[in-house]
Amino acid sequence: MPRETFDRELQRLQDEMLMMGNMVEQALTESVESLKHRDREQAQRVITRDRQINAKRFEIENDALVLIATQQPMAGDLRVIAAVLDLASELERIGDYAKGIAKINLMLGEGPLLKPLVDVPRMAEQARSMLHRALEAFIHQDVDSAKSIPLEDDDVDCLYEQVYRELITYILADPSTIQQANYLLWVAHNLERAADRVTNICERVVFTVTGEMVELGGGDASSS
Amino acid sequence: MEKIQVQHLNFYYRDFRALQAISMDVEDHQITALIGPSGCGKSTFLRCLNRMNDTIPGTRVEGKVTLDGVDIYAPDTDVVALRRRVGMVFQRPNPFPQSVYDNVAFGPRVLGWHKQQDLDEIVERSLRGAALWDEVKDHLKQDALSLSLGQQQRLCIARAIAIQPEVILMDEPCSALDPIATLQIEELMQQLKERYCIVIVTHNMQQAARVSDWTGFFWLGELIEFDHTETVFTHPQHRLTEDYITGRAG
Repeated sequence: MPRETFDRELQRLQDEMLMMGNMVEQALTESVESLKHRDREQAQRVITRDRQINAKRFEIENDALVLIATQQPMAGDLRVIAAVLDLASELERIGDYAKGIAKINLMLGEGPLLKPLVDVPRMAEQARSMLHRALEAFIHQDVDSAKSIPLEDDDVDCLYEQVYRELITYILADPSTIQQANYLLWVAHNLERAADRVTNICERVVFTVTGEMVELGGGDASSS
Repeated sequence: MEKIQVQHLNFYYRDFRALQAISMDVEDHQITALIGPSGCGKSTFLRCLNRMNDTIPGTRVEGKVTLDGVDIYAPDTDVVALRRRVGMVFQRPNPFPQSVYDNVAFGPRVLGWHKQQDLDEIVERSLRGAALWDEVKDHLKQDALSLSLGQQQRLCIARAIAIQPEVILMDEPCSALDPIATLQIEELMQQLKERYCIVIVTHNMQQAARVSDWTGFFWLGELIEFDHTETVFTHPQHRLTEDYITGRAG
């Protein structure tokens, strides 16, 4: 192989990104778990670990720039590196959503939630699963998966609608729930945004493989 | 607008077919880069464009090459006049062992232009055109071989444009130069393309990506892909091109 060293470095860059993806998936899951179980320590851990996610993002960016500067990648290789740069920043934002959820858990103070969380953990699991598969699609250059994953965003949007309507009902019935219901709405909104960003990742996968920029999904995935 | 049109060009070194059915339109006022591994036919192709291969015994051309719509391989073609219109710059700078001035004035004198004032003007204009004037204007009588290699190559470009060609063919013009001299030639090419049609053969893919508007990728005597440089280096259409420009073939 004429470019063994470069190929190894490119692989390492993608491994780093997968590692960051795992960190973000874990943050999503744990942030909602911490809220569900009112676990303040777990929420604090999610917040602390977000700094590691941010650091990983800078590390990946730096490695990508070094590869561009030293190896003069072209065509498909260049698109992979450009995509890694983009994905790292999407992942970082999803990490921020998780951190936001953990912070909300702290802001809600002690005591039980006004209702047991059912749909919010479902949203989190759906978003996490979509993220996991989107990153796999990137690694395997799987355009078909990249195109089908964003369709699942509709499920997340439906759950969001459901959570929204439910919380409004609580507010109407008892205005003293406004503050908590509002916080929980933010949580659901963060998860909805996280799933939107998975669509952006899927668009990047298609670009990496085909060189074409496409808009996937029916929602407003491209906006931040 | 296309300056040169090549249609189904085959080229033979005796029985060996070095170029296979090449078709390409070369745009005027653009830089067209030809890339590919050693022996892929890119230099042979370049030399077909001003019939430099005619001087090699046992060679044969099929197909058509037109310059402004006129077939350059037609029997009545004046090859000397053709090469005046289609100038060439080679891999190693090859100034004549004469003064800077005489090098540039060489072509015009051969063409019978002897008036001193005219020659002075041509020499200055050509040296300016080759971005060399400021460096040599006080040393025009100096031996051209005393210049640095980068300066010598720009002198050869000045010599080529002194006879007012329409097309400049460059065969690896920077391969003997250091990086700074290389960048100077590349900058110069950007200025030259406003007045000339330029075709460059280069082994340096980054150079092709930096300087050219169009890129042709040759492989085993075939033109595999020819497209806008942007396209070739970001999403080439052919697997072979991708493998070559990413350094995985060739």
